[in-house]
Amino acid sequence: MTKYEIVIGLETHVELATDSKIFCSCGGHSSANEPNDCVCPACCGMPGMLPVTNKKVVELAMRAGLLLNCNINRYATFDKKSYYYPDLPCSYQITQWFHPICTNGSVEIKTKNGTRTIGIKQIHMEEDAGKLVHDDWTDTSLVDFNRTSVPLIEIVSKPDFRSSDDVLAYLENLKAMLRFAGVSECEEGAMRCDVNVSIRPEGSTELGVRTEIKNMSSLASIERAIKYETARHIDALERQTEVLVQETRRWDDIKNRTFSMRNKETAADYRYFPDPNLMPIVIDDEWLDSVKASMPASAAQKAEEYKGYGIADKDVEMLTAERNLCDLLDSVIARGCNPKDSVAWILTDCAGILRKNGQIMRNLNISGKKLARIITMVGKNEITRAAGKKVLAAVIEKDVDVDEFCRENSLNAQTDQSAILAVVTRVLDSNAAAVQDYLGGKQKAFGALVGGCMRELKGNGDPATIRSLLEQELEKRR
Amino acid sequence: MKHYITEINPNGTIAVDDTILVKEYETTAGSKILEGFVPLFSAEAVERLINAGYEISGKTNVGEFGLDLLGEFSNSGAVCDGEYLVGAAADLIAKGEIKGALSVDLNGAPRRAAAISGIDFIKPTYGTVSRYGVIPCACSGEQIGVSASNADGLKELLSVIAGHDDKDGTSLPAEKYEYSLDENVSGMKIAVIRELYDKASDGVRAGIDSFKEKLTAVGAQVEEITFSLVEAAQTAWQIALAAETCNNVSRYEGVKFGYRTPNYKNIDELYVNSRTEGMNFLSKAAILYGSDVLSKGRYNYCYDKTLKIRRVVHDAVKAVFSEYDAILAPACGETAYVPYDIKDAFSRVFAESIFTAVPNLTGIPALVTNGVQLMADVYRESVLLSIAKSAEGRE
Ligand SMILES: [Zn+2]
Repeated sequence: MTKYEIVIGLETHVELATDSKIFCSCGGHSSANEPNDCVCPACCGMPGMLPVTNKKVVELAMRAGLLLNCNINRYATFDKKSYYYPDLPCSYQITQWFHPICTNGSVEIKTKNGTRTIGIKQIHMEEDAGKLVHDDWTDTSLVDFNRTSVPLIEIVSKPDFRSSDDVLAYLENLKAMLRFAGVSECEEGAMRCDVNVSIRPEGSTELGVRTEIKNMSSLASIERAIKYETARHIDALERQTEVLVQETRRWDDIKNRTFSMRNKETAADYRYFPDPNLMPIVIDDEWLDSVKASMPASAAQKAEEYKGYGIADKDVEMLTAERNLCDLLDSVIARGCNPKDSVAWILTDCAGILRKNGQIMRNLNISGKKLARIITMVGKNEITRAAGKKVLAAVIEKDVDVDEFCRENSLNAQTDQSAILAVVTRVLDSNAAAVQDYLGGKQKAFGALVGGCMRELKGNGDPATIRSLLEQELEKRR
Repeated sequence: MKHYITEINPNGTIAVDDTILVKEYETTAGSKILEGFVPLFSAEAVERLINAGYEISGKTNVGEFGLDLLGEFSNSGAVCDGEYLVGAAADLIAKGEIKGALSVDLNGAPRRAAAISGIDFIKPTYGTVSRYGVIPCACSGEQIGVSASNADGLKELLSVIAGHDDKDGTSLPAEKYEYSLDENVSGMKIAVIRELYDKASDGVRAGIDSFKEKLTAVGAQVEEITFSLVEAAQTAWQIALAAETCNNVSRYEGVKFGYRTPNYKNIDELYVNSRTEGMNFLSKAAILYGSDVLSKGRYNYCYDKTLKIRRVVHDAVKAVFSEYDAILAPACGETAYVPYDIKDAFSRVFAESIFTAVPNLTGIPALVTNGVQLMADVYRESVLLSIAKSAEGRE
């Protein structure tokens, strides 16, 4: 029996993390509550509006190119791609056809079978289309332009994947890299793939008939679609179940199979040409250098740095999974906090508060200045650790001012010896049994007495002071 | 026969062609496909005029998307003086009803109209006046220009509307332009393009001859030159114009705004019937011609070559202006036009575009006065205005 090799190439669309759309000043669609909330005459295709390039989009595309070891081309054009569809307001999409911004890169992926290199053919910028909502009840289609002109990059790989495992490893790696570098939020649906699949007898260097599965966003579906398509191709070749044609197919997640959308003969002619309204992008050394300089350190670089602080490997891994955690840690360390101590605050205390509120670490949004203030106050015994956690929760949930919150809630630690001594004396007087147990050698009783004092002080007593006064007073009663 | 498609203010002194947006007033570009389209904002040029205290009289009649000779294929019908076609805005200025007008020059219509009505019109250097708010057809070469009864009027209006606009990515950086009517015409060298002179009718040639005499009288030196690229420039501009128009008007499909056919059962019929019913022959010809030159098999042969020719013509024009201050040429082939059969439209418009294509293709300024056309190098509007001014009042 012939053995087959699967050959897969990917076109991955990634939504860029910008505040506004690619050619107008509308906010990103994520700020929309209702359909057509985030639209203006330009992104609705009204005549007379002219596109003006969002510089941030170009810079994020350059950043993606640098991450994927691409050539950053010094001359790039925006080109128009014409086709009719009701979600495309101008009946053309502005994309890059003739001169894409990045070409010829590569990325390493780790799979079960070791490390592999995947070639990147090009990265280009383009605008997203709108969305059609079908209303079966009234048998109409409604158009929502919120997504129209949202900036995307399309990362086109070379046909270097040999299994669905390769594809998944690549996509997961890509997602982590782009998110960490601030290129994309990579939220649900912000990354969509067109998967090109063909098979050939092992050892052959010619490519087989290729089918393209359009618009896949879930990794699980991508895996199943590749498996289905591979089996279909092998059946066609081995058992002549059908004649393979170059075509575009759609994956049906419920029926668990692909369907033909259009073949090569009926494929649209997109009539590409350079957009005369957008001047070619010319990237000089100065611009490229400034984008390079603004590149955040990679997750791997951050991991090295953190290990250098003596942070445990497990913690390093958790921290470097999310850009915001690294930024936060860097910020508190820069404010003079102890790295290991700060990590505990972030990965234990912050995480605990988020968990309680049903959130994940990526949602952590606290200013480094405030966290550093809390850590410093606890470190200097100005507040207790317990009080520190209380402020932290209030900061995370309501973004309160740290000092004001401590004052208003009387969290400032009582280090006043005489006040604490009075409490200690009172607690010892009213817990004669525990005092006897302690003096009789039961160490556990000491904990109960500390707890009693803390309760009396409503958690604001400085634990070290309480302990030393308790020991001193207990000795007196021996 | 309507001069205005939409009237705005009977006391207004400036007309705005219907290819330019005026906020809250229906703007149709002379086409049925845009019936009922009311823009949410005004063109930058209109905004600047209003801010400077000018009042807009109304939206003047134009041929669909400004593609025709003199507005003869407007959805509102042609405007005629007796049996002859006239441009609506130019005719209003000639009759003294308004002071000036804004028009989009994408295939020479306002230049022809000015020549026919005996008024002045200037299409400035590409990128000096914002195209924000122009109903787009041929973005790479269309430009808002102004008309008035004399050179002073052109200078006055152009000074108001020219200057950088952030909303137009092709807008040139200068915030303001100083135009002059007083450059010394005596001693200027002016070239007459023989190929264009030969193509014009006797009447038009007589106009050129008499203008030559005026120039000589004020001390300019007029010479005849050959410029063999005029036909290449004409074809190149018609290809670019068709390709860009085809692409730009594809947004009118009956879904979002403008005309929607009542005759449809599905989305394909909605598209096809709205466009079939909503646009005229000339636009459809541009759509077909434009689709063809951009199609996969033809792009390299047609459109890409057009871009190359554009560069060649640009260089050739530069070479002329390294020796001459201005070019003198006919603005159109005839001194008068009668309405003609629509089936001849494509060939008629194509034939006439030989006189007007070079400024659209290369972005250089062109001015029409005394029925003739003058061209100068980019940014040298003052040369054109000064020549026009010096010829005024001379017989
Ligand atoms: Zn917008």
